[in-house]
Amino acid sequence: MECVFGMVGKGFALVVADTSAVNSILVHKSNEDKIMVLDSHKLMGASGEAGDRAQFTEYVQKNVALYQYRNGIPLTTKAAANFMRGELATALRKNPYMVNIVLAGFDKDTGPSLYFIDYIATLHKVDKAAFGYGSYFALSMMDRHYHPNMTVDEAIKLAEQCIEEIRSRLVVAPQNFVIKIVDKDGAREHSWRRTTKD
Amino acid sequence: MGGYISSQSVKKIIEINPYMLGTMAGGAADCQFWHRNLGIKCRLHELANKRRISVTGASKLLANILYSYRGMGLSVGTMIAGWDEKGPGLYYVDSEGGRLKGTKFSVGSGSPYAYGVLDSGYKYDLTIDEAAELARRAIYHATFRDGASGGVASVYHVGPNGWTKLSGDDVGELHYSYYPVEPAVVEQEMTEAVVA
Repeated sequence: MECVFGMVGKGFALVVADTSAVNSILVHKSNEDKIMVLDSHKLMGASGEAGDRAQFTEYVQKNVALYQYRNGIPLTTKAAANFMRGELATALRKNPYMVNIVLAGFDKDTGPSLYFIDYIATLHKVDKAAFGYGSYFALSMMDRHYHPNMTVDEAIKLAEQCIEEIRSRLVVAPQNFVIKIVDKDGAREHSWRRTTKD
Repeated sequence: MGGYISSQSVKKIIEINPYMLGTMAGGAADCQFWHRNLGIKCRLHELANKRRISVTGASKLLANILYSYRGMGLSVGTMIAGWDEKGPGLYYVDSEGGRLKGTKFSVGSGSPYAYGVLDSGYKYDLTIDEAAELARRAIYHATFRDGASGGVASVYHVGPNGWTKLSGDDVGELHYSYYPVEPAVVEQEMTEAVVA
């Protein structure tokens, strides 16, 4: 099952997601990038139903870009999170999007932030978040070892511990994971953790 | 329709335009109709923009249409294969709204069986003949085990100048060409009893 988790450190935020695209018992792809770069300083890790994930995240990405074109300044992470929650809430009672999102962003004035947005339009600003069956392992790992103002190396080590725990304990664990980071220099891919080459 | 084979000669590779193909899995009518519709939209794109549509664009058009009908009972599992300015392109698109870019896919009820054969024989730099034989073999093995697969194994090649049909073999005949029947060794022939 799909796993997405993230955490905030000193001057950065991290998002980790598995990279499997699955259809019942079949793994169609094991290098599907589920962490979308919303704009220069925002990352959005999404998990959920196939069509909804890609369509909703692209819809958000294009609207975030549109705001910047119209107004000349980019949205703050908080504003983007609330926009997403609003869209999910509006669709909820008609045609719900089955997508869970971890939004990480860096704003010049407020620093790094992480938002937990689930498919029924719950919104929380948090230090650490996780979705999927992997969350059962990742959340307690993070609760135990996380502390505020971690360095990048400490956070990556914690992310690796979470990935290892998911790999060893989850019955249908995903094969590969991707780690993306956002800090004052922007949002970018950090590294992959693979068990299979694809 | 249930436990009934209505035809063994259905064309499951749909020719969208001379350089793009779509495969059929799921509902035959849905696949045929929406691929035809995609062909129309691709042609309109060509006329409006004076250039061919990319495989990325064509697959996205189809994926967006199928997504808008999500939950209404369409059954489409298809691969869009084509050649554009960026070279060869292969996309998996389904009626759930999913769209995946990849280098190999298998779709349909027999797909797990085909994946097994495909994955074990696949290298990125296969020759055309090797790749065609791998594909044919994968389809054959899927039809062998899956009751809902069978009929004709069609193999097409998509190159810079468009697609060409390489072969269309009945899978029953493929079976005997891969696994010929050995003539039984006659150990003892019956002869007339010797009359003492």
